[in-house]
Amino acid sequence: MGESKIIDARDTYCPGPLMELITYMKQASVGDTLELLSTDDGSAADVPEWIHKVGHELISNEKVDGVWHVKVRKAK
Amino acid sequence: MRILIVGGGTGGTIVGNNLARRLAEEIRAGKVRITMLSASDKHMYQPGLLYVAFGQMMPDELYRKQATLLESSIDFHVDPVTEFQLDQKRVRTQGGKTHEYDVLVIATGSRIVPEEIPGLSEGAETFYSEKGAVQMFKRLREFEGGKIAIVVGVPHKCPIAPVEVVFGLHDYFNARGIRDKVHIKYHYPIGRIHTIENVAKWAKPEFDRMGIEYETLFNVSEVDVKNKVVKSEEGTEAEYDMLIAIPPHRGMEVIEKDKLGQGGWIPTDRHQLTMKGYDNVYVVGDTTNLPVSKTGSAAHFEAEVISENIASIIKIGTPVREYDGKVYCFIETGHDSATYAMFNYVNPPDLKAPNKSMHWFKMSYNKMYWTSVRGLL
Repeated sequence: MGESKIIDARDTYCPGPLMELITYMKQASVGDTLELLSTDDGSAADVPEWIHKVGHELISNEKVDGVWHVKVRKAK
Repeated sequence: MRILIVGGGTGGTIVGNNLARRLAEEIRAGKVRITMLSASDKHMYQPGLLYVAFGQMMPDELYRKQATLLESSIDFHVDPVTEFQLDQKRVRTQGGKTHEYDVLVIATGSRIVPEEIPGLSEGAETFYSEKGAVQMFKRLREFEGGKIAIVVGVPHKCPIAPVEVVFGLHDYFNARGIRDKVHIKYHYPIGRIHTIENVAKWAKPEFDRMGIEYETLFNVSEVDVKNKVVKSEEGTEAEYDMLIAIPPHRGMEVIEKDKLGQGGWIPTDRHQLTMKGYDNVYVVGDTTNLPVSKTGSAAHFEAEVISENIASIIKIGTPVREYDGKVYCFIETGHDSATYAMFNYVNPPDLKAPNKSMHWFKMSYNKMYWTSVRGLL
């Protein structure tokens, strides 16, 4: 059972939500779950695209009260 | 009241000088003491490395003696901290000393870790160190044509640098009259050519105009030095004759060793700039885990908030300001023009057209930095 971590990337323009996720993904172990919080609507598309391209597992992607919650499991 | 500042880079130095002025009376009366511990007796102006890489500045122009930058009331020691004991409110140093404090400011910064990507140290040029910047310039001088690939590690300091180096390369080879013999390809970790959307929108037509090829969603995973191929986590690869890398960064080892923050980045309150769980510990600059740029500019604006709040707590018992995420970055768009990006947590940057005046302002700022870091500007 991997660890879970929340990455709070709300209200940020630089380095931005996907760059934050990549940073923490490098520190995580295979099987860990990361939940990215983002207020950037672009994240809803580009984060899943990156997850798919690298081969990690997208668990969920939903907007709750104006905040995107993208949950991903590190697969490799 | 004992204030201890660990780190003598941009953030630590501005905090120290700002506090020394705000609390001059209290220091004279013996009620406040400011101590700074740093790993070096020298202070480097790191943005100057980009100019060194293009032969426009000499390395010795980047340095001043740290002691000459500090208010005389600051008790300065070149003696890096080897152990933080936050619950005992003390640190231990390489020289075997113990320093106790009432208020601690951690400003230890970040370091490049190219060794985390196989082949990157051996195969790539970088301008993120003095030695690397000088070597990159020598390689550029020898380069007569071929493929240049630019790759970007994550996380990295100075997020504008990847596009600045591209513009610099274009102008450098134009000036040598061999631009048509040089193929420049830029690789970027996320789905557009810069993390700031407005910078990406502005830079894309500039890249197209200059004939710069680009590939996005490219996170460098490995460099095959022998065959001169750089590979990505996403499964793509690129051939090169010269590879230029923005290396990945980590916080300092002592931060990780003492478990103050994963990756060496300390969990920090984004408005108060205190370390989470410790009201008497402030974190400034690259050392924070804040979702803001790791730049001297962010460190500068954070340092002003921290010093104003420490001083006000001593004088009236309460902090008076919050950090709003402010960052101001010059963007060199070649060797004779520039623009800037200014933003905070809630307002994105609104980029203006590059012009020569902004470039000369940046060139002036390269000298004015020494006034800025003394806390006078």
